[in-house]
Amino acid sequence: MAWQWFHRLGSPKWFYEKTSLWLPYLSIASVLLFVVGAIWGLGFAPEDYKQGNSFRIIYVHVPSSIVAMAGYYIMAVAGAVGLIWKMKLSFVVMRCAAIIGIGLTFLSLFTGAVWGKPTWGTYWHWDARIMFTFVLLLLYISIMALHNAYAKNDLADKICAILALVGTVNIPIIYKSVDWWYSLHQPATIKITDESTIAASMAYPLGIMVVAFYALYSLLLILHVRAEILQRERKTSWVKNIVLSVSQKR
Amino acid sequence: MHPVRKQRLITVLVIVIASSIAIGLIIYALRGNLNAFYPPTKIVSGDVPIGVTIRGGGCVVPGSVERSSANLKVKFDITDGANSVSVKYEGLLPDLFEEGEAAVVTGKYMNGVFVAQEVLAKHDENYVPIEVKEAVAATGADHQKTCEVVKYDS
Repeated sequence: MAWQWFHRLGSPKWFYEKTSLWLPYLSIASVLLFVVGAIWGLGFAPEDYKQGNSFRIIYVHVPSSIVAMAGYYIMAVAGAVGLIWKMKLSFVVMRCAAIIGIGLTFLSLFTGAVWGKPTWGTYWHWDARIMFTFVLLLLYISIMALHNAYAKNDLADKICAILALVGTVNIPIIYKSVDWWYSLHQPATIKITDESTIAASMAYPLGIMVVAFYALYSLLLILHVRAEILQRERKTSWVKNIVLSVSQKR
Repeated sequence: MHPVRKQRLITVLVIVIASSIAIGLIIYALRGNLNAFYPPTKIVSGDVPIGVTIRGGGCVVPGSVERSSANLKVKFDITDGANSVSVKYEGLLPDLFEEGEAAVVTGKYMNGVFVAQEVLAKHDENYVPIEVKEAVAATGADHQKTCEVVKYDS
């Protein structure tokens, strides 16, 4: 009995109905957080004493990097749940997370390049953190490509879940890379155990942007999974009912 | 938990742990090659190949920067606290290049001089508004120099 709630999570119908209720709140929350965070960060946060206005790209670069890494764990855990409990829905989440992860990791690398030119003097440098973030991008891409390479969905799901699990080791490596190796990236600014070395007036909008990226990530993931559910369950009666009710309203 | 699921859970954990150990060992073996640059102590002590393009990095010694008035040639010393290396460079320096801040130089070490083809600025982990920075500087409690923060211990 204790596991009942967990098994219910695996039901596409239950997931679709529950998320229908959450979607409006989540959409409003992400838009609000983005607007507040972006205006505060880009318009009102003070200039950095050394980098001037160019430091403001931190408000995109750092949140996208954080969520790209956190998203990898979501993907890997979804894959593990799929392997252990044989939940189809879990594999759907894994695949959708991989696609969103590609976008976020690319955004992180791209904004890093744009930031690198005015501060370091180069767009690209093979320092450990950039290299392992690039590996993260390749992992995400390979999981999506591997899934598309198999005609059988079940087999593709399992193989991709294993690859996702193997790749989890990359995340702590990216996180600790600036401490383990001499790198062009500065040592960690936001510290868990120690006092952060970013002024509070700059840190608050950064915090809002991080939450905004998490909200956007959840929103995109849910929307993507819902679309996938409709596609996969298109022959079932409950999907037919939803489609009919929507078309009747028009 | 169902015994079959428990077994699958154990398999998943074994995959994660085994692959982490394997990849961890590979990276441990490659650790020296993953550094973006050599600290001056290693360059001075001869731990680096001579006449081959390498990267060095350290703190630009305050007062060591000599700019030529005729061309773009510039000379400065980088240090890790224990040793320092003089660097020669001809070209544009990045905006954040500054005395007392860290720089990463790419080039060849020859005859005791590092001839750089590229100079990159390494900015520190501090983000401070201009007004706060000025207030801190006025009290003399200036702790914002990278070179005091960056560890060059290994």
